[in-house]
Amino acid sequence: MDFLTIIQILDSALRMATPLLLACLAGLISERSGIFDIGLEGKILVSAFFSAAVASLTGSVWLGLLAGVTVSVVFSLVHGMASITFRGNQLISGVALNFLASGLTVLVGETWFGLGGRTPTLEGAERFNPITLPFADALRDVPILGPIYSTLLSGHTLLVYVALLLVPTVWYVLYRTRFGLRMRAVGENPAAVDTAGISVIRLRYTAMVIAGVLCGLAGIYLATGLSSGFGKEMSAGRGFIALAALIFAKWKPVPALGATLLFGLLQAIAIRYPKIDLGFITLPSQFMEALPYILTVIILAGFIGKAIPPKAGGQPYVKER
Amino acid sequence: MDKMPKWADVALIPFLNLTLAFAISMAVIAAIGQDPFEAVKLMVTGALGSSYGWGYTLYYATNFIFTGLAVSIAFQAALFNIGGEGQAVLGGLGVALVCLYIPFPHWTVAILFAMLGGALFGALWAAIPAYLQAKRGSHVVITTIMFNFIAASLLNYVLVNLLRPKGSMDPASARFPETTNLPTFHDLLSPFGIAFSKSAPVNVSFIVAVVACIVVYLLLFRSRIGYEIRSFGQSQSASVYAGISPVKITMIAMLLSGGLAGMMSINNTMGESERLILNSVEGAGFIGIAVALMGRNHPFGVFLAALLFGFLYQGGGELALWLSIPRELVLVIQGLVILFTGALDNMIRMPVERAFIRAAKRAEARDAKQKEA
Repeated sequence: MDFLTIIQILDSALRMATPLLLACLAGLISERSGIFDIGLEGKILVSAFFSAAVASLTGSVWLGLLAGVTVSVVFSLVHGMASITFRGNQLISGVALNFLASGLTVLVGETWFGLGGRTPTLEGAERFNPITLPFADALRDVPILGPIYSTLLSGHTLLVYVALLLVPTVWYVLYRTRFGLRMRAVGENPAAVDTAGISVIRLRYTAMVIAGVLCGLAGIYLATGLSSGFGKEMSAGRGFIALAALIFAKWKPVPALGATLLFGLLQAIAIRYPKIDLGFITLPSQFMEALPYILTVIILAGFIGKAIPPKAGGQPYVKER
Repeated sequence: MDKMPKWADVALIPFLNLTLAFAISMAVIAAIGQDPFEAVKLMVTGALGSSYGWGYTLYYATNFIFTGLAVSIAFQAALFNIGGEGQAVLGGLGVALVCLYIPFPHWTVAILFAMLGGALFGALWAAIPAYLQAKRGSHVVITTIMFNFIAASLLNYVLVNLLRPKGSMDPASARFPETTNLPTFHDLLSPFGIAFSKSAPVNVSFIVAVVACIVVYLLLFRSRIGYEIRSFGQSQSASVYAGISPVKITMIAMLLSGGLAGMMSINNTMGESERLILNSVEGAGFIGIAVALMGRNHPFGVFLAALLFGFLYQGGGELALWLSIPRELVLVIQGLVILFTGALDNMIRMPVERAFIRAAKRAEARDAKQKEA
């Protein structure tokens, strides 16, 4: 395997990791505030569909972005209503939203476009196009660093860079701002936050909105950056892989980047090499597909460090009367 | 009185939840430019208007009874088994291996062994998440989701590389031998002179599913272990105090759950396709969640809810056929049913409960006044 192949695989890994990273950060915000979110998958799917559909109908990817974010936030707020206001089971609500997303995207897609659930292929201003970083072409021939800069780092769509910048941003908000402190506290001990005179309900709803925006970006990148258009069930389990990455990263933003890059790398390798010959055994492509899930189970089993979720996660907060 | 009457809890609230879910579904149909009443009429005639329609409705219902019972048993122990899909996939593999490699003289013997094979494989697939939950505290929801994906990959591998007959392009196993083919309702009813559609896939598995409902009822509500499962689900600390082992209950509940999900495959794999195919479960494992929630985790409720979803599934297929409403409408309805009966239950429950309490108080006050007078 030569150097350029490695760079190409890493480049593809970065693309595959981006939707995972965005969804993972969404899950991080939500779960750190005490709301389990297994509806990431559904939110990715609806935002992917509505961003592609609106971009295709209006010709502007920015309007598509707006639509994708809006619908993802709406889903998030329904989840918030069920888990915060009506103290329902957060897991059940997530499952319900996933089904709703699978159904609605095809139903609306078929009605609007009649292409069996797909949207028309997006072109030009209807999608996010690659950005060439300054001097990328000039530096292409510089050994080692040239390909790293011009192939691996340059030539991605805007949302890839946004996702990467969001990692330090989320870290900063979480660990260096008052809001972040309160949010982490509300996921561990909401009663203490309440005693301090801060509204648990408002904090959690705010977290839901942020999570909705981030998860929306994941879907938008999928449909208007990574591919050019929406296809039925195109999220393909990414919401769950993001959830796996979140556990892998122990609910921390910087490790989340590492975990999603790792899972992105696995996907990139699986795309490039359907079968891997290790000499003594050939790993089938199905094994590569299943690897992120197998890794998650191993992590969850606590054989490699222990993953401890936020303490108040999954429990509705009931104010004592 | 600080509670509402039992009938309201068991019947009124689910009814209101469902009404809301279906009202929104009708609105969705209207929103995509179709006539919702026309759609409902078509669904009713398509699913219930002929023995062909009934045959499909009951066939789907059979799947959903098994997966609904599976989810219910786990729910009774306060475990959320989202892995019914993967467990049913593995159950299919178990059924296929039994049917392919054991020569059976007659289907009556074959079905017993196939049930065992399916249940065993399904239970094994649930065993790892169950063990990890019981012993290491790994959340069963996440692990069972992961196991769904792993099951899909595993089945894909097994079908493409191991079970696929030579020269076949289809990722599917060979046909099962004729002696394992289950009689359909047509075969069962025609000796009695009752005409039933020949092409409908409903088969003897439906009867097995009904029996399973009764057995699960007896197990949950009339046996010691069922009592332990339910008390563990109500309060873990209290049941531990009463000497119930959490590890034991978690394992038993999950193994039963996985076994029931796996047993579903006697219907779809052995009864219908008569060979193992890639996407035989078709989301029935997930529909089990909606069925269990709607049926309030009670076997009788599960039976009714499974019939309703069987109707929706078959009716939805008819809609796709005759109107340009995609089959995925069923997914929307399914999502709304889960949302309103499961997650947003309190939205209806809280005001109804308050209304009942207020009415009771008013009645009390009136009684008191009458006494004075």
